[in-house]
Amino acid sequence: MSGSMIDASSWGAALVRISPYTFSAIGIAISIGVSVLGAAWGIYITGSSLIGAAIEAPRITSKNLISVIFCEAVAIYGVIVAIILQTKLESVPTSKMYDAESLRAGYAIFASGIIVGFANLVCGLCVGIIGSSCALSDAQNSTLFVKILVIEIFGSALGLFGVIVGIIMSAQATWPTK
Amino acid sequence: MYGFEALTFNIHSGYLEAIVRGHRAGLLTTADYNNLCQCENLDDIKMHLSATKYGPYLQNEPSPLHTTTIVEKCTLKLVDDYKHMICQATEPMSTFLEYIRYGHMIDNVVLIVTGTLHERDVQELIEKCHPLGMFDSIATLAVAQNMRELYRLVLVDTPLAPYFSECLTSEDLDDMNIEIMRNTLYKAYLEDFYKFCQKLGGATSEIMSDLLAFEADRRAVNITINSIGTELTREDRKKLYSNFGLLYPYGHEELAICEDIDQVRGVMEKYPPYQAIFSKMSYGESQMLDKAFYEEEVRRLCLAFEQQFHYGVFFAYMRLREQEIRNLMWISECVAQNQKSRIHDSVVYMF
Repeated sequence: MSGSMIDASSWGAALVRISPYTFSAIGIAISIGVSVLGAAWGIYITGSSLIGAAIEAPRITSKNLISVIFCEAVAIYGVIVAIILQTKLESVPTSKMYDAESLRAGYAIFASGIIVGFANLVCGLCVGIIGSSCALSDAQNSTLFVKILVIEIFGSALGLFGVIVGIIMSAQATWPTK
Repeated sequence: MYGFEALTFNIHSGYLEAIVRGHRAGLLTTADYNNLCQCENLDDIKMHLSATKYGPYLQNEPSPLHTTTIVEKCTLKLVDDYKHMICQATEPMSTFLEYIRYGHMIDNVVLIVTGTLHERDVQELIEKCHPLGMFDSIATLAVAQNMRELYRLVLVDTPLAPYFSECLTSEDLDDMNIEIMRNTLYKAYLEDFYKFCQKLGGATSEIMSDLLAFEADRRAVNITINSIGTELTREDRKKLYSNFGLLYPYGHEELAICEDIDQVRGVMEKYPPYQAIFSKMSYGESQMLDKAFYEEEVRRLCLAFEQQFHYGVFFAYMRLREQEIRNLMWISECVAQNQKSRIHDSVVYMF
């Protein structure tokens, strides 16, 4: 039984008695939920500016959809990682549910979900704000588009970092064998 | 929170900001002004303007054109842009856009009251009013005999009502009183607008505070110069200055006791931002002061567009359009009267 080094009536004991499946489920939920929040936030920020700017300068519409696509990619990262994480969930017998191994697997999935979720949140925001400025600048001066796109590409790399670390983290999620 | 407007500004105002930036791209450039300055008559001006955003507004006008027609139609474009924006706006932006109109309302009120004093016909005066400053009961202004009646009959229902608390007297209206009334109303309006912008916070308050402070300081200098040699006492003059801005409070103390333009120059040269304006004029010359102030204002308004996600761009766009219409009026008048050598005296180039 785990918790032998922790005093039975402390908060630490309460933490290790929470089921690792709770942590896993929350991790998976955060990975998809918060990623989609970031993507949606980015899309509306860039979309509203794009629509308004396209009235006076209709030529910018097709090119500037790239910003929206970058934001959407962020949501797709979240979906992919959520699917990967849920394949890592396995059942363990009740006697082993609070073993150190099980807890480690639960925490790994939780951490992976948080990493991916919040990295995608800020990535979506970043790409959205830059996309909005890109649409407005492109409407005034079309030579600026490619240069601002480079900034957006760097911004969308942030989400990719989160996905990479999240997937490496989830590889740690090995439940104890029966 | 300052610095994080980008996260939530576009929810309500992203579309309108993009539209106003599109309008800004349609403002006349130096090349357009050069073309216009080389026109021989008003029909040439109409032809050049038909290639700009004013085209649809001028194309149905029959020749011979008058300068007042050109100015009227161009103002219509400004009004249409404004109405489109205010239809789409939500709070607090709709209040912000309403504030932009109050200055024109004050000008219209003073126009009608002065015109009535000089026995002009009310309908004729209403046609001369600025369309952005119209309100429903404006024709009733001709009936009022003194300020208390003015307030009680007409203005208490308009948005200008709170600005009247300082100038309710029962004196009859005459030219001097009306000018003082105009300046008192405008002072109250500027202070109210300033407080509103402070309350909005963030980038809006920073940019608008700078623009409104410049406006307040410019009005203080103009009031001082216009009241030199009149019977306006020093205390009365000081009461007309706004209570914010770079010149508040020490500059106002010094301006209140100025008796000629060189003293005004001496006061203003102590403030570095205004020193540059006054150094462009040689001693004793005050005609260029207006143009120098307009140029400085245009420079600051163009800078407002450098930042995104704030309301200052709307104010800046409206002001820049008004300046453009003033430029067009000057150019049309010079061309119509064959005085093209004086065109460059008063045209303020923007980009």
